[in-house]
Amino acid sequence: MKDKGKIIVGLVIFVVVLTFPFWYNHGVATQAPEPELTKKAKKADKCVEETAYMRKEHMQILDKWRDTVVRDGKRMYVNANGKEYMASLSNTCIDCHSNKEEFCDKCHDYASVEPYCWDCHTYPEEKE
Amino acid sequence: MNVSYLYSLLAVIILGLIAYVGAAIGLESLFGIVIPYLAILAFLVGFVNKVLDWAKSPVPFRITTTCGQQKTLDWIKPSTIDNPTTTRGVIIRMLLEILLFRSLFRNTRVEFKGEKVSYKWVIWLWLFAIMFHYSFFVVVIRHLRFFVEPTPFFVNALETVDGMLQLGLPGLFISGATLLGATTLLLLRRILLPKMNYISRAADYFPLFLIIGIALTGIMMRYFTKVDVVKIKELTMGLASFHPGIPEGGVSALFYVHLFFVSLLVAYIPFSKLMHMGGIFLSPTRNLANNNRMKRHINPWNPKVKIHTYDEYEEDFRDKMKDAGIPVEKE
Repeated sequence: MKDKGKIIVGLVIFVVVLTFPFWYNHGVATQAPEPELTKKAKKADKCVEETAYMRKEHMQILDKWRDTVVRDGKRMYVNANGKEYMASLSNTCIDCHSNKEEFCDKCHDYASVEPYCWDCHTYPEEKE
Repeated sequence: MNVSYLYSLLAVIILGLIAYVGAAIGLESLFGIVIPYLAILAFLVGFVNKVLDWAKSPVPFRITTTCGQQKTLDWIKPSTIDNPTTTRGVIIRMLLEILLFRSLFRNTRVEFKGEKVSYKWVIWLWLFAIMFHYSFFVVVIRHLRFFVEPTPFFVNALETVDGMLQLGLPGLFISGATLLGATTLLLLRRILLPKMNYISRAADYFPLFLIIGIALTGIMMRYFTKVDVVKIKELTMGLASFHPGIPEGGVSALFYVHLFFVSLLVAYIPFSKLMHMGGIFLSPTRNLANNNRMKRHINPWNPKVKIHTYDEYEEDFRDKMKDAGIPVEKE
């Protein structure tokens, strides 16, 4: 058969599509974002749980809070050290992390995560 | 019972442990940078090499599988897709084959019903296969979010559709669950059906276990043990932008198992049955029009044969033929 031309064209298309990430980024390294803390957050030093835990599991805590608050009407959250917090996104979390763009969105955008918090909650005006 | 799947299972478990231990004892750059790059290189070189090798192989005669009425007299209806005679028919046939796995859909099972032979239409293989391939495709596209910055719109759109159930947090991706489900079903099919089990070898099970391993580690990281996704994207973006590095603070060893499995799978494709990925486009039983009776196909490597036609023969021997009383065409 005289199909060598067609096969090579197909092969080239395949390789170009497959290496999409390599040529799309054209070798430019991007810096991974670091969430920025407000003065209040820095002063408080500790979040409801340890930082490493919060980095990985914050969505889990929020999910649990939603269920306990909305479905069971329980507003108290006791952390691993026995300290009590009010389970509330708007009052507890945003009290310190009042900078959504610099704190939440940076990493979520980077990791292409679209949380549906703000489908129901409204975000207070940014302070800092 | 044929237990060759145990070899493959054992191989995958050992390979997983190698990556787990390797990452734990400080070989992160080997498993996070060197092996992934080598795997991509092996894949590209191996794949191109294989396809070029196939392209060089001569196909002297059209060996189309004919699954319907061939084009013939005007009053007999031809089957234009299952027995294509035109390029258009071939293209439709190939598209149906590649996108919808038509030949698997046609699968039948032969059984004895008492004294009689019965042919039953069985679509399980088709169902599991199409579930598996499309889930895997979606999973691969979704992973572009780790290799491209900013994430392209089609990846976001796919994530929205894939996560539409909004179950749990992080939200369940349907494709991940169906990928694991379909590979498990394909595996059980090989292990539990006696006839399938009889013809299955270690090389049939190995990719299945490997893909199950990939799906399991991925699901573990997303829904259960949790990893720092931003750190992982830092690592993968480093790979994709040729500025490789291991992020400070490191990432969970489970991630290296996942990455090692993927590297193995990618490097394994060109040298295994998984090469049907490229092979399906080049299968001569599908990609040729069945026009053997309409067009003359000459074998390209036929040697030049010296021929002596009857006209030439008569030209040479006319006088002798006339003398012998043999009739000639030209006087």
